[in-house]
Amino acid sequence: MGKMNIVQAVQEALRLEMERDGDVVVLGEDVGRDGGVFRVTEGLFERFGPERVIDTPLSEIGIVGAAVGMAAYGIKPVVEIQFMGFIYAGLEQIFSHASRIRSRSRGRFTCPLVVRAPYGIGIKAPELHSESSEAFFCHMPGVKVVVPSTPYNAKGLLTSAIRDPNPVVFLEPARLYRSIKGEVPDGEYSIPLGKASVYQEGVDFTVVAWGTMLHRAADAAEGFDCEIIDLMTLKPFDEETVLGSVKKTGRLVVVHEATMNLGLGAEVAALAAGEAIEYLKGPVIRVAGPEAVVPMARLEDDYMPGVERIKRAYEKVMRY
Amino acid sequence: MRQKIKPVEAALAAAGALNVVEMYKKALTIRYFEEKVDWLFGRGKLGGTTHLCIGQEAVPVGVASALRADDYMVSTHRGHGHLIAKGGEPARIFAELLGKSEGYCKGRGGTQHLCVMGLNFLGTNGITGGGIPIATGAGLSIKLSGDDRVAVCFFGEGASNQGTFHESLNMASVWKLPVVYVCENNMYAMSTRFARISASDDVAARAGAYGIEAAIVDGMDALKVAELAGKVVGRVRAGGGPALIEAKTYRFCGHSKSDPRTYRTREEEEMWKGKDPIKRLAAAAAEFIPGSEIEGIKRGVLAMIEDAYDAAEKGSDSSTDAALDGVYAKREDIVPQGNIQSA
Repeated sequence: MGKMNIVQAVQEALRLEMERDGDVVVLGEDVGRDGGVFRVTEGLFERFGPERVIDTPLSEIGIVGAAVGMAAYGIKPVVEIQFMGFIYAGLEQIFSHASRIRSRSRGRFTCPLVVRAPYGIGIKAPELHSESSEAFFCHMPGVKVVVPSTPYNAKGLLTSAIRDPNPVVFLEPARLYRSIKGEVPDGEYSIPLGKASVYQEGVDFTVVAWGTMLHRAADAAEGFDCEIIDLMTLKPFDEETVLGSVKKTGRLVVVHEATMNLGLGAEVAALAAGEAIEYLKGPVIRVAGPEAVVPMARLEDDYMPGVERIKRAYEKVMRY
Repeated sequence: MRQKIKPVEAALAAAGALNVVEMYKKALTIRYFEEKVDWLFGRGKLGGTTHLCIGQEAVPVGVASALRADDYMVSTHRGHGHLIAKGGEPARIFAELLGKSEGYCKGRGGTQHLCVMGLNFLGTNGITGGGIPIATGAGLSIKLSGDDRVAVCFFGEGASNQGTFHESLNMASVWKLPVVYVCENNMYAMSTRFARISASDDVAARAGAYGIEAAIVDGMDALKVAELAGKVVGRVRAGGGPALIEAKTYRFCGHSKSDPRTYRTREEEEMWKGKDPIKRLAAAAAEFIPGSEIEGIKRGVLAMIEDAYDAAEKGSDSSTDAALDGVYAKREDIVPQGNIQSA
């Protein structure tokens, strides 16, 4: 057991899985000798060599597409995309091919591929370096989407993502990379995909959040007796845990950084409306980013749901 | 309305373009601008990241000397120098970097999303290779309008591994578009040396596959770049179809603000610093003007950059409301850029 940050936790999960399974390969831009933009893959090139830690050309569609082919033929590639905003060229290969290979081949092929990318607001750069477009990936049948929120769950979730026989998009909140430290057990362990975690128990209302927003939602909860659920796997998300909590508290707030329109909050709200409406005491409230691109650093905090905005949502939901 | 420059101004611009002293001033403006940006980062006055073009100034300055004000330019993530070469005002670029409403994009775009339609500058770009098809489209719009402008497309050697590069060159060649593709080959895609990740030694060689004429030039020598650009732009403007210029250059600083430069040796850096394009231009300018005037130019440009920063800093902070506004255009916002000329 030792304290580490999310960069170290992700790195350790990669290292342990590469040691355990010789088919696990890391590829991406500058991931080898340089250790990646955020230094997540530092040391892996020296440890595993150029055949398993592959520096690629600048070519997101080529990188993701090559990984799809590798995955279909038995390798377990872990792709690093430098920023989530750079993933869109590779989106085509994820959506048109990785997500469908299993179904298209009538079950003959699997596509055990992980695409990792730092995501969300956090490095004080606008637009493409701060994207939160997780909902795109959640909308793809056949793709799993995971967002860790702590060093502990980053390591355990990435281990599961690498072992999963399906394509997994693994989004690492850039803002949390080095800003939080936590206890992480030595050696390998996994946290199952598709299971949420109850971050904090409470009775008055349920809060669903993930990644950076989990911590903001928790900061805003001071003085409230609420239950906070860390969704962790966004697709497929843990409906049972969410519904169980909503049925207990009768109120629901969803907090996410991405644009509200068609964000994952809508899906969580629809679940509550569809499956637990008779338990709801009032409307489901979403706290989310506005319909705009992420602005310059100085305005970041206005764009991103902050503690005050989240508190107002808590107060509002408690009026019912 | 499309910008049309008056003939007198065009003649003056053409005369000035070949003026070594003017090129020296322009290159120096870029250098001092970038050094100021570096200084601001070092003191926490600017956040996030930025990509400086210190060492590469000869390329934008040389290429821009062959351009008219109404020509299009598409830039990259390392684009401050391109915009300054195209006529961008340092004060307004500083304002943009600082998130001030006086910035070219009202302080919303910042370093990687700088766009100045009034200068026909179609933007710096946060996506490697993202601008190449845009420049190609600008070229097609020129062709459809039937006029004699050209579109210049800057990109790095790393971007020549993106599909966008190959798709664009193919289209431009098939449609004989007036696009000049200018590769600033600084040898490293972030940390990765071109040779390690590329199947050709030179980017220029790739143009041949698409039937596009290409030339390699010493990108540390603004006069050589200007001479080549003059010929190439003239041929493209005359309807000769697209062309590619590969300028071999070097960034003296890291890729971005978080780059420890472990992938190259200090000896290699020193070797390239010996080819400093600013020093070369100063030496060339000294053929025409006395040394005291060179010193005067240096002091003048430095003072101009300092004044530009001070003016920008005094500007008004871009507001949240402004950042949330302008996502969608209104009908009256449409600015006609070109009119298709029917055959």
